[in-house]
Amino acid sequence: MSSEANTGGCLGKPMKRKEDPRFIQGKGRYVDDITLPGMLHMAIVRSPYPHAEITSIDVSEAMKVPGVKAVITGKDLDAAGLGWLPTFHGLDKQMVLAIGKVLFQYQEVAAVFAETRAAAADGAEAVQVEYAPLPVVADPFTARKDEVLLRPDREQKTNHIYHWEVGDKDGTARALESSPKRISQRIWFQRCHPAPLETCGCVAQFDTMGRLQFYVTSQAPHVYRTALAIVTGIPEDKIHVVSPDIGGGFGNKVPVYPGYVCAIVGALKLGRPVKWIETRTENLTSTGFARDYHMDVEIGAGADGRITAMHVATTADHGAFDAAADPTKYPAGMFGIVTGSYDVPAAHAEVDAYFTNKAPGGIAYRCSFRVTEASYAIERAMDILADELGIDAAELRRRNFVRKDQYPYQSRLGFTYDSGDYDRTLQLALDRIGYTQLLKEQAEKRVRGELMGIGFSTFTEVVGAGPSKHFDILGIKMFDSAEIRIHPTGAGIVRAGTKSQGQGHETTWAQIVAEELGLDPQNIMVEEGDTDTAPYGLGTYASRSTPVAGGAIALAARRVREKARKVAAHLLEVGESDVEWKDYKFQVKGVPAKTVTMKEVAFAAYTNMAQNEPGLEASYYYDPPNMTFPSGAYVAVVDIDRETGEVKVRKFLAVDDCGTIINPLVVEGQIHGGLTEGFAIAFMQEIQYDGEGNNLNTNFTDYLLPTSLETPQWETAKTVTPSPHHPIGAKGVGESPNVGSPAAFVNAVVDALSPLGVRHLDMPITRDKVWRAIRAAEIGTVVA
Amino acid sequence: MKVKVTVNGVAYERDVEPRTLLAFFLREDCGLTGTHVGCDTSSCGCCVVVLDGDRPVKSCTMFAVQADGHEIRTVEGLAEGAALHPLQQAFWDQHGLQCGFCTPGMLLTAYTLLKHNPRPTEAEIREGLAGNLCRCTGYQNIVKSVQQAAGAV
Repeated sequence: MSSEANTGGCLGKPMKRKEDPRFIQGKGRYVDDITLPGMLHMAIVRSPYPHAEITSIDVSEAMKVPGVKAVITGKDLDAAGLGWLPTFHGLDKQMVLAIGKVLFQYQEVAAVFAETRAAAADGAEAVQVEYAPLPVVADPFTARKDEVLLRPDREQKTNHIYHWEVGDKDGTARALESSPKRISQRIWFQRCHPAPLETCGCVAQFDTMGRLQFYVTSQAPHVYRTALAIVTGIPEDKIHVVSPDIGGGFGNKVPVYPGYVCAIVGALKLGRPVKWIETRTENLTSTGFARDYHMDVEIGAGADGRITAMHVATTADHGAFDAAADPTKYPAGMFGIVTGSYDVPAAHAEVDAYFTNKAPGGIAYRCSFRVTEASYAIERAMDILADELGIDAAELRRRNFVRKDQYPYQSRLGFTYDSGDYDRTLQLALDRIGYTQLLKEQAEKRVRGELMGIGFSTFTEVVGAGPSKHFDILGIKMFDSAEIRIHPTGAGIVRAGTKSQGQGHETTWAQIVAEELGLDPQNIMVEEGDTDTAPYGLGTYASRSTPVAGGAIALAARRVREKARKVAAHLLEVGESDVEWKDYKFQVKGVPAKTVTMKEVAFAAYTNMAQNEPGLEASYYYDPPNMTFPSGAYVAVVDIDRETGEVKVRKFLAVDDCGTIINPLVVEGQIHGGLTEGFAIAFMQEIQYDGEGNNLNTNFTDYLLPTSLETPQWETAKTVTPSPHHPIGAKGVGESPNVGSPAAFVNAVVDALSPLGVRHLDMPITRDKVWRAIRAAEIGTVVA
Repeated sequence: MKVKVTVNGVAYERDVEPRTLLAFFLREDCGLTGTHVGCDTSSCGCCVVVLDGDRPVKSCTMFAVQADGHEIRTVEGLAEGAALHPLQQAFWDQHGLQCGFCTPGMLLTAYTLLKHNPRPTEAEIREGLAGNLCRCTGYQNIVKSVQQAAGAV
């Protein structure tokens, strides 16, 4: 047969991205780029009050605005049975448009449909709503007193949403009690927002067949289809969800939002397509906040620094509705990863969540369901413990690491860690950063009163939700899927249940298929985001694409290969059992000269398949046997200006272990981006509410995203411990840098300030916060 | 009001409301959707276009009527014919983009930066791009892209 060169071996290569040509030429197609004939625009009337009764809504003036076609309110939707929307995990419900009262500032009150974007905005301005303000509950500590009941609509007459716990409560308490050393610290992970540069939006249309065509910025289009069928009663076959190009998601585009339901209702009511695109203010104030965990961390240890026990009690602020994006059985997500990279012999974690008069959310912002909060808590606490014990922060970590020979490691809080080599990863980081030299420099500077800090974070993530025995959303198990068709010429298409928002799936999925089948990745088209064509999948968030869909793609490709083997046997004129897959080709066992390429087999599958089934395609629904556990060792070096409080990140090194790497270019890009978001969270990002429930960060002049000027230079390195259960050994990487880095930054700042007696600072570490800490120390008051 | 502009060498004459922002004029009246709107407060730079050859403007901060009689270049007009502009090529080569939403504004800001300063230092590039936010890349590869296009790498 042919000796044509194969094209496999592309896994692990820095292949340039296939999706880029359209983006660099302005040919990306984002949802706001879609214009349909006769399309109307929707604008939303929002509440200026955080908690108020709605005494009246008058739409008559709005209806007089030229171009306005209709206005709908909560009453209208309620009458149609669409007043409430189940939240992400189905454990609560959320008003689509306010019914009776509003529960947070900027809550959706009415929707206006008009001929143009401007007319819709004018119409929204003209809707007259009268409110009678009610007492505001602006924090979970006030909420838990239950003096003001926020959700009388619920059966449980309390602001307490749930109590969740995991681990050995009594054993941990006893172990803490008898520990020679104990530290405790309240650590707050502030409310922040993913703020992708493209806001959320949709275009809803009922086509001539009465079928809903729904274009939407969704990270999980299939889940949307099912959720919309449940909410609206439209049969699922009459719903077609399309996620076009997405301008960043970071978890913001996972839940179904009230605006989407309103747009669909408008399209149905008016018989015309309806577009709704969030303004930036709407985005920051109403969809997709994250974190807001107040974590009381307690750690016990021996004088040698070996941890004996850990307890974390968290008070969570969930806002007005429990819309947290977590798997149904895990209201606090993967918070059980809070023992981190350490072999903690006794542990107990609990979370109590409360309603407040703030926007709903609790989405997994570049994070596998509360892993960021958990990682931050343990990594921050490790430094406090190191400080208390007088042990070097890196050394303390090393003494407590899960050892290489302990895998699969069963954590006390219920996870089975797949693989890792924390010692090697940390050592690489210390060598690369020149730790000994840095310590020497720091000691010299401290003598001179200069503030320099070195901060570590040696985190472990848990991603790739997840195994069906544990994980579901609204009952739908969290598998993912792939379907591969190889065409006669050896080109092909792979479709998956995921949806890229910049992660580069069009390239990396093609690389997996090409690697498994010995084909050219340039001619493997990747399609995602269309529920009519893609197999059912749970979508892209929580670093699950590569761990779950990546597995499905590899296994679907192997099914294709098994089909191809039969045709190859026919072409090689031997029995199927005499054919082996070697060097990206089929070969007669023991006869290296007798080979046939996949490209040749593909052609034969359509032209000369003998008695075999024609065609060459397969699909696979992958139910992962376990989660994957990416890890890393991050080091931040900072200098602080004693006079101004300005923190300069001089150096930052990220050593990541994400298992097998599909495309190092993409992995490095993901790490740079995640570190930049971690930097933003550590130093600038907060969705802050005043005591009256007013949102103080409603646009990009108040909610700060780092620019090219303040973003540090990132250095990266890697260790690779492939996941033993994943088909190609990959673990996922998109979120590691965002999960791991905040603690490194904060630890560096606190380390710099430690000679002044500073033990802890809550994020975001703004210049004035640092300045105040320095001044307070100078006048003899120790902060935190 | 009547607006006459030349966009990427093509003359457009449209009747618009005076309050129409240039960004929406380009997107909705000219059908050039490569110009994006990301923030409404001229913070993000996704909407940057080039006015009269070398001036970067945030088109969400300019009324369409203010552009009357001017020449505009959008991302759709960056390539000369079939070949990619060196900046486009560099962003592709250096992985200077991920979701692609900020990319048009980045490219055009970088284009004007290089017009005024063909051999910028890294610090000058970072300063020059400081009006454009990117949420995906951490800027490092964007800086490298601009350096490549400037012939500096």
